[in-house]
Amino acid sequence: MTADRGAIRTASWDKPLNLNALWEYANPLKFMRTTERVLPFFTVTAFACLAVGLIWGFFFTPDDFRQGSTVKIMFIHVPTAMMAINIWAMMLVTSLVWLVRRHHVSALAARAAAPIGAMMTVIALFTGATWGQPMWGTWWAWDPRLTAFLILFLFYLGYMALWAAIENDDTAADLTSVLCLVGSVFAILSRYAVKFWNQGLHQDSTIMKVGEKDPLAADYYLPLVVCITGFVLYFVALVLIRTNTEIRARRMRALLARERQG
Amino acid sequence: MMPELGKYAFAVLSSYGVAITLITVLVLGTLWRSRRVKAALDEVEARRKADG
Repeated sequence: MTADRGAIRTASWDKPLNLNALWEYANPLKFMRTTERVLPFFTVTAFACLAVGLIWGFFFTPDDFRQGSTVKIMFIHVPTAMMAINIWAMMLVTSLVWLVRRHHVSALAARAAAPIGAMMTVIALFTGATWGQPMWGTWWAWDPRLTAFLILFLFYLGYMALWAAIENDDTAADLTSVLCLVGSVFAILSRYAVKFWNQGLHQDSTIMKVGEKDPLAADYYLPLVVCITGFVLYFVALVLIRTNTEIRARRMRALLARERQG
Repeated sequence: MMPELGKYAFAVLSSYGVAITLITVLVLGTLWRSRRVKAALDEVEARRKADG
């Protein structure tokens, strides 16, 4: 019984999959070696998916009968808004790993992800405003979803500022992890505000409503899925590069501190 | 080749323009910092090795 702890079996029940092996990647050297091997795959597929998805969405999708050509903004707005929320969720998981297991790589991965999440939030806010103006007649409304999303952006800024403001890496990781836990409330609200309050201008998600009333039209569905895949892969590629950079920067700070101590 | 965007051309084009610019800037910034930190770390490690 104890031999099987931390292990689950694959569907064929013949090969154990040891989940504890994941913790090996908490070793910075192992993490860097592995990520540098897989990085070309993520980089090439991210670029390919983004190029195909955006070109398809911009040039080869028809205008919507109600929204006209503004529907093309969806291929940027939806993936970036999804990523802004999901990147915060990833930061929450890695922050919890830091708080519980004290693995530096996880704290550095959260730090590496924050600027990407902030940029996704800026793009989603900007494209939301430029889409909202012609459709809603206003650039901005204090609607529950939009407001929660704006607060999430402020949390991204606060998170990055806190990392930059504290010299001791472990203290910074502790405090930013707590901030991440608090900010998660607004990440959840950004995603589910429409369901919680059922008011405001912003509609609920339609991408998963295939077969239901008022789903996303088939013409837009596939290019949108390609764009979402592209943005996810773009994030993975960038966060791997940035985490490796943070690992190196941390090592450099440690070496310089040792030099100063003589 | 260019789709007819009509009266919404500014909204659509500015959305794509800003998004592509920010995506590119973040990639370039990430690669620039990665190279800079790698070079600085190599220098510190080489100095430590030389000092024994």
